[in-house]
Amino acid sequence: MWIAVLGACALSFLLKFSGYVVPERYLQRPWMQRVIPLLPVALLSSLLVTQAALSSGGTLQIDARAAGIGVAVMALWLRAPFLVVIVAAAITAAVVRML
Amino acid sequence: MAPARPFAKCAFGLRCRRSQVTTSDTAEPDEQRLTQSFALRQGLAVGIATGLYGISCGALAVAAGLSTWQAMATSLLLFSGGSQFAFFGVIGAGGAPIAAVATSTLLGVRNAFYSLQMASLLNVQGVTRVLAAHLTIDESTAVAVGQSDQRQARIGFWATGISVFIFWNLMTLLGALLGDAMGDPRAYGLDAAAAAAFLALLWPRLNGGDPLATAALAVLLTVVSAPFVPAGIPVLIAVAAALLVGLRPSKVCAP
Repeated sequence: MWIAVLGACALSFLLKFSGYVVPERYLQRPWMQRVIPLLPVALLSSLLVTQAALSSGGTLQIDARAAGIGVAVMALWLRAPFLVVIVAAAITAAVVRML
Repeated sequence: MAPARPFAKCAFGLRCRRSQVTTSDTAEPDEQRLTQSFALRQGLAVGIATGLYGISCGALAVAAGLSTWQAMATSLLLFSGGSQFAFFGVIGAGGAPIAAVATSTLLGVRNAFYSLQMASLLNVQGVTRVLAAHLTIDESTAVAVGQSDQRQARIGFWATGISVFIFWNLMTLLGALLGDAMGDPRAYGLDAAAAAAFLALLWPRLNGGDPLATAALAVLLTVVSAPFVPAGIPVLIAVAAALLVGLRPSKVCAP
């Protein structure tokens, strides 16, 4: 696990450092400019559905987590701060599990 | 005293160029001091607000099975919230460490483009350049490009980067220690909290047809592939959504 943690740290730094040392033209290709902003969208959407609606076997499973996400959507709609959104989702899921 | 924002509309965009950054030589001294302290205060405010949710970062790290030291290593050395949450998410879902590294790295690709923008703005060398690179994240870039001249942009970048770094690490430590003491993470709804973290990071990016199409396609690819491949792989398959939407022929041919 330590190798993975430190590997991810090193790669993260290399990406951040690259813009300071790599000539601009290598990072300013038109296709990159279209794809790069969409990368976080694809990754975060996938991580969201995995964390919120999949079982450990990878099948769809709607449970207390979905209730938490429902509340999180409402909180985001009301422009609540990040921490409020997260705590609201956690409390909702915990309460639903207690019922 | 709202600051002038000549290129606020390209915050996070990739088209900001040095030529758009004017120097403040012509500004009145008083005005200059006021706007500089504005950049400084804005940076500190963003730093504190962002740093606070480092507590969820630490808590989610230990809930995913990392040690407190490993959680701290990611906040000190990886230092990019989205990538950290992604790493914990893949590990927590039972994915292979290599899949966690790949996901976190792909999520960090945008930092390379921020650093490109910041390179021409900051004009730093040597050790300062290494420090600037490490502090090049969503928040520091957003505050820097939101300023009206180069001097303020630099102040905004450093104030935001340094204050986020300090508060983020302090709160990660607190979160990891609290998470360790809490026991079963599911009883506290921490799995829903992790999902909500991804949602909150995603939310501001869903600002148009292409992002929405990418999100929908990514969800579909994930749900369809998840039963058949090991944990951690569906998120890498979902990268295809960004490629398909970003490179679709009509888009490529458009002027």
